[in-house]
Amino acid sequence: MKIKKNIAISDSGFIFNPETGESYTANILAVKMLDLIKDGKERDEIFNNIMEDYSVELETLERDYNDFLSMLQRFQLVQDHE
Amino acid sequence: MSKPGYTIAVTGLNAIDSPGPGVSVIRALREAASFEVKIIGLSYEALEPGIYMHQLVDKTYQVPYPSAGTEALLSRLEYIHSKETLDLIIPNFDAELFPYIRIEGKLSSLGIKTFLPEMEQFEERHKMNLPEFGEKYGFNVPDSINIFQSAELNKVNEKFSFPVLVKGKYYDAYVAYNMDQTMSYYNKITAKWGLPVVIQEFVHGAEFNVTGLGDGFGNTISCVPMRKQYITDKGKAWGGITISDPRIIELTHQFLGKTKWRGGFELELMKDKENQFYILEINPRIPAWIYLAVGAGQNIPEALVNMAMGKDVKPFDSYETGKMFIRYAWDMIVELNEFQQISMNGEL
Repeated sequence: MKIKKNIAISDSGFIFNPETGESYTANILAVKMLDLIKDGKERDEIFNNIMEDYSVELETLERDYNDFLSMLQRFQLVQDHE
Repeated sequence: MSKPGYTIAVTGLNAIDSPGPGVSVIRALREAASFEVKIIGLSYEALEPGIYMHQLVDKTYQVPYPSAGTEALLSRLEYIHSKETLDLIIPNFDAELFPYIRIEGKLSSLGIKTFLPEMEQFEERHKMNLPEFGEKYGFNVPDSINIFQSAELNKVNEKFSFPVLVKGKYYDAYVAYNMDQTMSYYNKITAKWGLPVVIQEFVHGAEFNVTGLGDGFGNTISCVPMRKQYITDKGKAWGGITISDPRIIELTHQFLGKTKWRGGFELELMKDKENQFYILEINPRIPAWIYLAVGAGQNIPEALVNMAMGKDVKPFDSYETGKMFIRYAWDMIVELNEFQQISMNGEL
């Protein structure tokens, strides 16, 4: 999955889609996930990176990550499916 | 080299909750880099706020309503011209376009320029003719019917499923969810704007607007799309943001290329769930949110003036995406004698 190139994501978590004019706010963890996805990291790399900083079960993380990806697709912030 | 100076008359000074574009157009003209302006306001009512904005409007004259006919309008404009020596008039109301296009030649012979669509362009994009327009040029438009008497309202049930949009000839639009509401809005609109009333298929989706300028030869001089962020109960944008959807820009190029539209315009678009764009309305004049386009880097009123003056105007090639406007209300203090002057003498 790739985040659309023109999507603007600020350090504070403000996301702006210039095609639609929609804007969203993301929390710190969501921004971290977005940055990792934007950097082209694979799923396992993303999980390892997050589990280094956060105390979370892999199962929970997988579920939340999948929810997050669904949301990105629904908001048309990604180019194509993983 | 010194800049040229133009005396430009502008209508639409009603900067109210459903604002006319005049004050925004004047702000744009005041910020023009290529000329200086003297602004003559043309008003219909004594309480149009722009009349009293002396930092923007140098002098205002009342003019007769379009319903008074072109002779009355021309006669008043001749008087104003004798006092002010107008270079150009920018009409900003849909209902004004018809009389101004009709007297375009006479104004030209007086030395007053305009930059308006041709009568055929103006008529064919009318909301009453939108289905034919869509078919002729290959654009997606919602289906609609024109109702000339209440007995014809039974066609609504035959042709559409609710909700439907009930629209006035020039202004006003209501969403009706059943036949009772349709009838009620029909009566409300006919009392205010006359017949016909347009019943339009309701397209569910996200609304977008685009403003721009066509040179009359099929070329796009300007194109700035916007998404409304804050909408008033009258459906007007109270806040908006420039966007960069390439399909909207392509649609605008097609509109201008196919119709060879001359002048300013606004397309009202709806993107449905299948991501198809529909043209809901084509407004034949500059919209009230035009100052957003100026803020984003395209001074459309300035370009329009230069084109009307016969200058070579290069198409704009960029604008800033993510630029916002937020409208606000402002209470001006006005002296009674000013209100008296415009009310009694028709001039201020």
